[in-house]
Amino acid sequence: MSLSLALLLTAATATPDYGNMQLPDARAEAQARALMGELRCVVCQGQSIADSDADMAADMRALVRQRIARGESPEAIRAWLIERYGDYVSYDPPLSGATALLWATPILLLAVGAWIARSSFRKRR
Amino acid sequence: MKRALIWLPLGLFGVFFAVVAAGLMRPADTTVHSTLVDKPLPVFQLEPMVPGKPGLASGDFKSGRPRLLNVFASWCIPCIAEAPQLMALKARGVPIDAVAIHDKGPAIAAFLRRNGDPYAAIGDDSRSRVQMALGSSGVPETFLIDGRGRIVRQYIGDIRADQVDQIVRDVAAAK
Repeated sequence: MSLSLALLLTAATATPDYGNMQLPDARAEAQARALMGELRCVVCQGQSIADSDADMAADMRALVRQRIARGESPEAIRAWLIERYGDYVSYDPPLSGATALLWATPILLLAVGAWIARSSFRKRR
Repeated sequence: MKRALIWLPLGLFGVFFAVVAAGLMRPADTTVHSTLVDKPLPVFQLEPMVPGKPGLASGDFKSGRPRLLNVFASWCIPCIAEAPQLMALKARGVPIDAVAIHDKGPAIAAFLRRNGDPYAAIGDDSRSRVQMALGSSGVPETFLIDGRGRIVRQYIGDIRADQVDQIVRDVAAAK
């Protein structure tokens, strides 16, 4: 793993500019694109790397495409970035203590809605 | 029960008001901190950026002495503001290496002529690969690496004059 990363880092200049170029394989490109829409550009923080024009976003897109082309899974790439930038880099927040409320809110609201509906139906009878 | 419920909307509004007021008074910190602090430096190897100065590899940080790793670029304005502080750190015996982001050799050479050269080695990171491996999100940023190649601290943004003493102490403590 560490050796392959070192090789990748030294070979970076020889590869095509995948920051602004699609992968030749359409299925791999679709996979890369789906992931790029869910990764935050760490410079222009309101945008995904798919939307952003920043140099750093292009570099992040190149990283995603190169790793997908090498057969890495999108989730492994996401995990690699989260390991470095924290959960903040992903637009698909994992379930944790801090995000529990975020995930539970729709269920809570549905329950409240059901409770309100039940009591109002009851009144009508 | 009904009587108590009548206060519920006002109560909810009170909570909402408190949350918004707190958010307005203390704006969110949007700095992206690297989560690699306290972890080993990722493995990398970078070509030299300017003639006469070596490139940079992660192995260089296992020399037994703490070093600073400065992420910078010749096109970065805060990096110019930071340069005198890096020169001061160098003068006080702190070894500094650098990773140059999205840059070209002649531009870096001109930057060093103009702003001084505090670096022992400069690696060419033209596609931000090492920057991303470090969890760094902009320039300038500086990482303190201990003698065993572990990341001890990250300084985000340009180093100011009033930070120099603290950084010298941090470096001494990183042994």
